[in-house]
Amino acid sequence: MRRYGVIAGRDTKLDTTTGAYTEAVSSARADFLSGVRVAVPILLGVAPFGMVAGVAAVGVGVPAIQALAMSVLIFAGASQLAATELIGQNAPVAVVVLTVIVVNLRLVMYSASIAPYFERQSARWKAWLAYLLTDQAYAVSVMEFQNDDETSRRWYYLGVAVPLWVTWQAATLAGILLGSSVPASWHLEFAVPLVFLAVLVPAITDRTTVVTAVVAGAVAVAANGLPFNLGLLTAAVAGIAAGLFVEEVGQVG
Amino acid sequence: MAETTFDAGTLWLIIVAAGVGTFALRLSFIALFGRLDDESEGVERALRLVPAAVLSALVVPQFVFVDGAVSLSPTNVRLLAGTLAVVVSWKTEDILATLVSGMAAMWLLSALLP
Repeated sequence: MRRYGVIAGRDTKLDTTTGAYTEAVSSARADFLSGVRVAVPILLGVAPFGMVAGVAAVGVGVPAIQALAMSVLIFAGASQLAATELIGQNAPVAVVVLTVIVVNLRLVMYSASIAPYFERQSARWKAWLAYLLTDQAYAVSVMEFQNDDETSRRWYYLGVAVPLWVTWQAATLAGILLGSSVPASWHLEFAVPLVFLAVLVPAITDRTTVVTAVVAGAVAVAANGLPFNLGLLTAAVAGIAAGLFVEEVGQVG
Repeated sequence: MAETTFDAGTLWLIIVAAGVGTFALRLSFIALFGRLDDESEGVERALRLVPAAVLSALVVPQFVFVDGAVSLSPTNVRLLAGTLAVVVSWKTEDILATLVSGMAAMWLLSALLP
């Protein structure tokens, strides 16, 4: 959870569990279980996030079955919450879908980074492994793969990713069931920006990302009244452009 | 939050399209690895900034808008609780700690400030 959304490897807190299996040829089962062990603390953070996704979806009037389908088919929390908000505002369908895609563009980055480790998997396995790709599964697995050549790529990754998937679906379902019974005075809707915030702050690692976040945030506020709910997309593009500009200038100077 | 007027068909269209699109993003390099090498440096630099840009654009309006208008005053409970959560997140980089502290501040301030 600590590395959520960021690639740079400044974090050394992740438990890599490499020592235990370096001597024996590691079996699929052992690798799967060592993945599970690393995933457990992450699940504690994922569960409330999933519940919020479920509560928010029913909160804007999405029926339970579609709310659960969002978690199964999209399976990416931040984008689900962004979509939920736009659905609540009856934004144009294309804007909702495009916003989900933009929020999830970072997955391309993870896909590129983890691809060499999955090179030898069959096409079918690649599809399953790709479906399960999340911020957390990516961060934890790549760190392990870089440190240990012996670990089974597929089984370790599944050990991390499958518990995350199960927890996400169960938490969403719990949120859907709780949904309308949560009193307004609990301000549960406030948990949504808080979860985004908890993912955002660790993603801000240098001057470029600071500028990106500040510009995107400011433009999002200024662009709040844009037609077709295009504020988020406009702000994201402006933030990325500003970040790239600062990076460029920094390299020259 | 507002209620949607979308019918089931519209919701399914959104969910399936967003789901297929997201899967395509995940599969992109895992399936195509070996075929894409160069030209990706600029793309990679832009992609690196996506989380900071998107998340900030999602968060900041939620903290500064009160009833549709920008409010930067100390009576804005969301801004106060959000600021505390920023500090906690920065210090701990822990989702649960950020969530709990932000929600606790929200409840406390809502009870104190009428």
